[in-house]
Formats: sequence, structure tokens, C-alpha cells
Amino acid sequence: MSVRAGGMAHAGRYARRRRLLSSFMLALTGVASVIVLVPLLLIFYYLISAGAGALNLDFFIRLPAPVGETGGGMANAFLGTVLLVALAGAIGVPGAIAAGVFLAEERHSRLARLVRFVADVMNGIPSVVVGIFVWAWIVVWMGRFSLLAGSVALAVILIPMVARTTEEMIHLVPRELREGARALGFTRWRTTFGIILPAARAGILTGVLVALARIAGETAALLFTAFGNPFLEWRLNEPVASLPLLIYQYAISPYDDWHRQAWAASLVLIGFVLVLSLAARFAVKSPYRGG
Amino acid sequence: MPTRTEAPRRPPPAMAGRLARLLPSRSRGNLADQLFGILLKAFGLLLPALFVFIVLRIGREAWLAVGTFGWGFLLSSDWNPVLEEFGALPFVFGTIVSSFLALGLAVPLSVGVAIFLTELAPRWLAPPIAYATELLAAIPSVVYGLWAIFVMVPFLRSAVQEPLSERFGDAVPLFEGPAYGFSMLSGAVILSIMIIPFISAVAREVLDAVPRAQREAALALGATRWEMTWQVALPYALPGIIGGAILGLGRALGETMAITMVIGNGPEISASLFAPGYTMASVLANEFTEATGEIYLSALMEIALILFGITIVVNILAQLLVWRVGRRGE
Amino acid sequence: MQDPRPAGAAGEVIQLEARDFSFWYGTTQALEGVNLAVPKRKVTALIGPSGCGKSTFLRSVNRMNDLIPNVRHEGDLVLDGESVYRPEQDVVLLRRRVGMVFQKSNPFPKSIFDNVAYGPRVNRLVNGRAALEALVEESLRRAALWDEVRDQLGENALGLSGGQQQRLCIARALAVSPEVLLMDEPASALDPIATQKIEELIHELKSEYTIVIVTPNMQQAARVSDRTAFFYLGRLVEVGNTEEIFTAPREEQTEAYITGRFG
Repeated sequence: MSVRAGGMAHAGRYARRRRLLSSFMLALTGVASVIVLVPLLLIFYYLISAGAGALNLDFFIRLPAPVGETGGGMANAFLGTVLLVALAGAIGVPGAIAAGVFLAEERHSRLARLVRFVADVMNGIPSVVVGIFVWAWIVVWMGRFSLLAGSVALAVILIPMVARTTEEMIHLVPRELREGARALGFTRWRTTFGIILPAARAGILTGVLVALARIAGETAALLFTAFGNPFLEWRLNEPVASLPLLIYQYAISPYDDWHRQAWAASLVLIGFVLVLSLAARFAVKSPYRGG
Repeated sequence: MPTRTEAPRRPPPAMAGRLARLLPSRSRGNLADQLFGILLKAFGLLLPALFVFIVLRIGREAWLAVGTFGWGFLLSSDWNPVLEEFGALPFVFGTIVSSFLALGLAVPLSVGVAIFLTELAPRWLAPPIAYATELLAAIPSVVYGLWAIFVMVPFLRSAVQEPLSERFGDAVPLFEGPAYGFSMLSGAVILSIMIIPFISAVAREVLDAVPRAQREAALALGATRWEMTWQVALPYALPGIIGGAILGLGRALGETMAITMVIGNGPEISASLFAPGYTMASVLANEFTEATGEIYLSALMEIALILFGITIVVNILAQLLVWRVGRRGE
Repeated sequence: MQDPRPAGAAGEVIQLEARDFSFWYGTTQALEGVNLAVPKRKVTALIGPSGCGKSTFLRSVNRMNDLIPNVRHEGDLVLDGESVYRPEQDVVLLRRRVGMVFQKSNPFPKSIFDNVAYGPRVNRLVNGRAALEALVEESLRRAALWDEVRDQLGENALGLSGGQQQRLCIARALAVSPEVLLMDEPASALDPIATQKIEELIHELKSEYTIVIVTPNMQQAARVSDRTAFFYLGRLVEVGNTEEIFTAPREEQTEAYITGRFG
């Protein structure tokens, strides 16, 4: 061919330039990675340096001090967040798992496709909109902000997440197990409850834990539902405090002591979220869990 | 033969007993199965029902404002609750501008990280970096907000806004005005930090899925690693990356706490990145509990409805794209 | 070329030579002290049971194995008298001189034209659209594909049949004007008719290119190659003229393999 003989020297120079460009661009991707990791490191640095100092026993067992005074704690918010997350789980998880089982069982039916699509779309609904929906529904109906309203809002966020992860975890159970059970004369529902769900149990639990971690840090959905409460409260029909709500309130306040407490609360909240995620990631071992 | 699931915990005799107990009588089975199927369907329908219910609830509350202001609601930039004038334009503007700015920052960085992890990073380094970026997704929005208020905003003000507005403020509208710190720029930056984990996770997944044969074909023809990545791997993965970017856009549009805490919350439409902005989600977070009067509340409900509509459309787009990519892979 | 070495009585020129070449993936040794001379403008077939190292050998020639972490080699591979592993060897230039066709056809999801033009474009082999078009046509002709695709150059390459795709990949490799063409089981995924076309093509290409082909199919090796090298467990057991290898192998292992007693 015409180009075979000539131009290797020229090609060599050009190849060197291309190799340089290649190294340069690939180095840039390394720089991008560093840029992305810097905020993460900074956030953890500040959480620990600014938050750890404000952590003491009072912080966990006392109620907030009156405006302007230093000291006090966030006992109300800790209790509130635990109640909200637990209740949201109780409301949302069973139905979500059932919906997930439906998606997995009727994988290719038209209805399942629709439900899957809706679940994915619902995962993208802004949480502030969920809060407003629950306000218009539960708060207006009860005539007040409440633990129940807050829990329902969190449950609405949780349901599509858990439904989809449940479906995916069930898909990881080998077909042979299902077919084997059916071949033994098991009915469909016994196959599902006796064989499939136990096999997928660990994976489903993982999905639930991840979802609980996510709603534990949720703020916007609680602004107009749980609302916040300076006192310890556990009744369903009363407003209730939550850790993220209090962090928000303290962060935008003008008081230094509150800022310190906001850092401390964030540190605790992150710790809580990380423990749940890590539990989901490492503690739960199963042959059929997604990587 | 014992199956893999049953093996670790239960000794074979117990399992046999369990199987025996589970074995049904045939006649009861059929009826139970039918009931089971119906029950499952009912739970499956829960999600679409909830979705429709959300639309109807918010729609009903917004109806008064929709009827009162018509299209003017979207076109007017007067937001004055005292005079009962409600125009949502500044919020729509702030939401869209901050989200697209965030996308502009986040997409190159996310793709960069994804390329680094799939093409360059040694095996011992890639998993911790991937895990660290995933960790960014686990941080609650309000914690981002707190950090942004006390660390990021002061930094952006002194390192970016002040020098730029001193030097170019008079000539370039983008950098006009005093450097408050709490601004459209701060909002966009915090949003971009928050959506990077989503976009980079998707980008990494689709780049990983580029067949080795494609990469090798390019290399065997004398392409450099970068040329292989840029000309072959990225185009192959492009639909998925776009899907991930749209997913990130959906997150950015609906993000509430962090951006409310740093964007400045001023209902104005300014060309300057350094001027405060306001988003739909922020105005809901700030004003909803204080809204007095039917029409004020309804106006906020209409904003919620618009925000809902925009994010739904964006999410549907993302789903369709991801779905198409998934189908191509089959 | 420099260093033309006569090989055998026919006075062949050696284009590629392995000198005591060994190769490891991590701690697993894949090749052990291979000495092999590949004559210029002949077809050399590498045969042997799977896992015997024949593909590793092939992929060492254009240093495709560099991509895999933790690999190392000893000994040398010499192309036209120069080591492909010498420090100043630019792999990009090396791969221009050593084209490769893969087991499964792997066209880019682009147009037929863009597939063939990819190599010339990244390597800036030609200037101007007209020259590029001429080169693409020439390459497609050499790959015996031109007549079938001349009217659909703008269409997606994935629309072609499997055999056409593989010939397109050959055309794509030829477009950068290589001297050596490595083929890694190029017909293993094709039907008999498409396979026959590929084999005819190999026969025509050897007048201009040095071809090294890995094949799992002994009849194919016998049909297309001038020389055959039998690999077993990472070692080169025997190499010789194809006819001799298939009619009168010197080694017992070779005979066992070609008569189908293992493999």
C-alpha cells in the first residue's frame, strides 16, 4: 500500500504526541477523582473536629436548653428519630416486600412492568413533595402535625425503594430452587414463603437497612409532618422532634453553641447512617446477596 | 441433595421435616394459590395507587391557584404573599439554573472518576475510591447543608467570588454584584457534590460493561489508551451515561435542604452567579408552614405540583433511557 | 528489512522470532522457553489443546497482554530484527505493524466506513477525504468484502452477517498496513460457508502479509497454513512444514493430538 514504505519517522513523532496526550488526559481523570474525594474528606474532618467536642452524656440525655443559653442536649430528637424510623419501617416494609414479591413473581406481566416503572419514578419524587402530600392528607385530616404523619411520609419514601430491592434480591435466588420446589408439588405461595423468601432473606434485609439509613437522614419530608418538638414525645398524634430537623434548625440559627451542637448531631446522625449501611454491607452474609 | 441455601444452618433431618410440613394437599393448594395471586396483585397495585393519590391530593389543593392565576403563575416574577401576588418564575428559574449548573460541574467530574476507576486505577485502589464516592450518597442532605454553610460558602466567597467580582465584576454580568457567598454558585456547587455519586456510579457501571473485545479492537489498531477510551468506550457507554446524568438532574431538581441552606433564598432573577437565588423546593421548605390564607397555601401547592411534574418527566426520561440501554445489552 | 535470516533450504526470510520466550500470568506460567521462527509472507498455524499457550503467544506479539496486570516475560520476541519488548518500542507503532483479528468479530457500533477508517484516522495515515476513501476501498477489496458492501458503507456494521463482520474486521486491520497479521481463531464462530471464505482470503493475503493463525481446528490448520507449530502445556512441542507435521510428526505428543487421541 502507498503508506507502508514512508513516514514511520513522522508517525513516530506523531505517536509520541498522542502518547503524551493520552497520559495527560488519563492523569486528568485522576485529578477528577481527587477533586471528588476532597469534599468527602473535608466533611468528615469537620464533623469530627467540630462535632466530637460537643459530644457528652448531657447531649444524649438532656432536652435542648432555652434559646440563648448554652448546654442542653437532644434527647427529644434521638427519641423522635428512632420512633419515626421504626414506625415508618413498620408501616412501609411489609407492603413494600409484598409489592417486591409481586414484581418478582409476575416479572414480565404488563402490570408488573407498570408497577416497576412507577416504583422507579417514585424513587425520584422530591422528599419535600412527599412531605406536602402527607401534610395535605394526614396533617389536614388530624388537624395537627404528628409522629404518625412524619412516619407515613418516611414510609412513602421507603416503599418504592424496598419494593425494588426486594424484587432484585429475589431474582438472585437461582431458578432451580423455585423449579425444584414446584416439581416437588409445592404450591406457588408455599414455594414463595417456604423457599424463596428464606433464601432471599439476607438480601432483602440489606435493602431494608439501606432504606432505613436513607430515611433516618431525611429532613424535608418531616418539615410539615413531624414538625419538631422541644420536648420528649412518643404519642402518635403529637408533633415529634427528629435529629435532621434539629440540625437544620440549629445550623441556620445565630448561636455558636447551637452550631456546635449541630455538628455533634450530624456526627451522630452520620454514625447512625453508616452503621446501618455497614451492617447492610458486611454483617449480612448470604449466598444470594447482590455485590 | 441439600441446596446451597439450606445447607449452612439446618441439618438434613430438620430440613426433611420442614419439607414434609410444607407439602400441601393438592385441593387446598389451588384455592390458596389463587388467593395468593390476588393478594400479591393488590400489593403490587399499592404503588400506582399511591402515585395517583399523591397527584390527586396535591392537585386538588393547588386547584384554586391554578384557576386564579392561570399561566400567569409561571410567567410572573412577583412573589408577594402580603399583596397576594404569586408568580413562580423566580423559583422555576432558580431550580432549573442551579440544577443545570450542577450538572455541568458534576458530569465531567463523574465521567472522569468513572474512567479513572475503570481504565487506570490499579486493582487495590479502585474499590476504596468507588466505596468512598458511594459514601457521598449516604450523607444526609442536611449535613451537606451544615458543612456548606460553615465551610464551603466561606471558602467559595473568599477564593472564588471575591477575586472574580473584583477583577471582572464590572464587565462580566456573570460575576456582578457583591460577594455574599450565599448564592446561585454555592447552590450549584453543593448540588453537584451531591449528585456526583449517582452519575459516577452509573457511568462506572456502563463503562465496565463495554466489551473487552471493543477495547482490544481499538488498541490492536494502534489507538492509545485515551483514544480507546474516548473514541470507543465512551461512545459505547454514552446512552447509559446520559441516563445517569438525567437521573442526577432529577435529584438536583428536587433537592431541598442543602440548597435551601446556601442559595440565599432571594426570589430574584439575576444573570450573576454571585446573586442569591431561590428554588421551588426551597420556597416550599421555607414558607409552607408559615403560609396563611387559602390562596397563599394553594400557590405553594401549585409549586409543589410543578416540581412534582418536572421531576416525574425527568425521571421517566431517565428510566426510558436506562431501559433501552438494558434492552440493548440482552 | 534488516537482519534477514535464511531459514531452511528454501531461503525464507524470518520476520518474527521467539527466542526462549516464557510468559507468566501472576504465578501461573503460560509459556515456557518457546523458540519459534515465523517466515515472512507465509501462514503459520498454531495448534494445540485449549490452555496450551497458543493464544498467549499470539497476544504477546502485539503486546496485547500488557493490559493484564501482573504479567511478566523472559526471553524475547523479535520482529524484523528488533525486540518488541525493547524499552524504546512504542506499542502504538508496534500495533500498527502487527494487526490482529479476534476470535469473535468485534466491529465498532459505527458505520462500515468508519470501522475501516478508524485505524488510518487515529494514526493519521492519510491526508484528505479522497485518500481515506481510497484506502477504505482498497482495504475492503483486499478483505473480499467490497463487492458486498460498496453500496452500504454508511450503514451500521452490526447489520452485517457474522462472516461479513469478521471480514470487515480483517479489512479494518489491513487498513493500517500491517506487515504481520495475527488471527486468533478467526472462524470459530462462523458457519462453514463463511469459514471457507475466510480461508480463501487467508490464502490470498499471504502474498503480502505474514500471517500467524491460532486455530482449534486441525483440518483448518492443514488447509490454510504453510507451517504448523504444536503447543502443549505452554511448550512448543514441534514445528515444521504443515505437510510434515500432519503426515509424519516427529513427536509422539503431536501425533496423539492430530490423530485425536487427546485434545
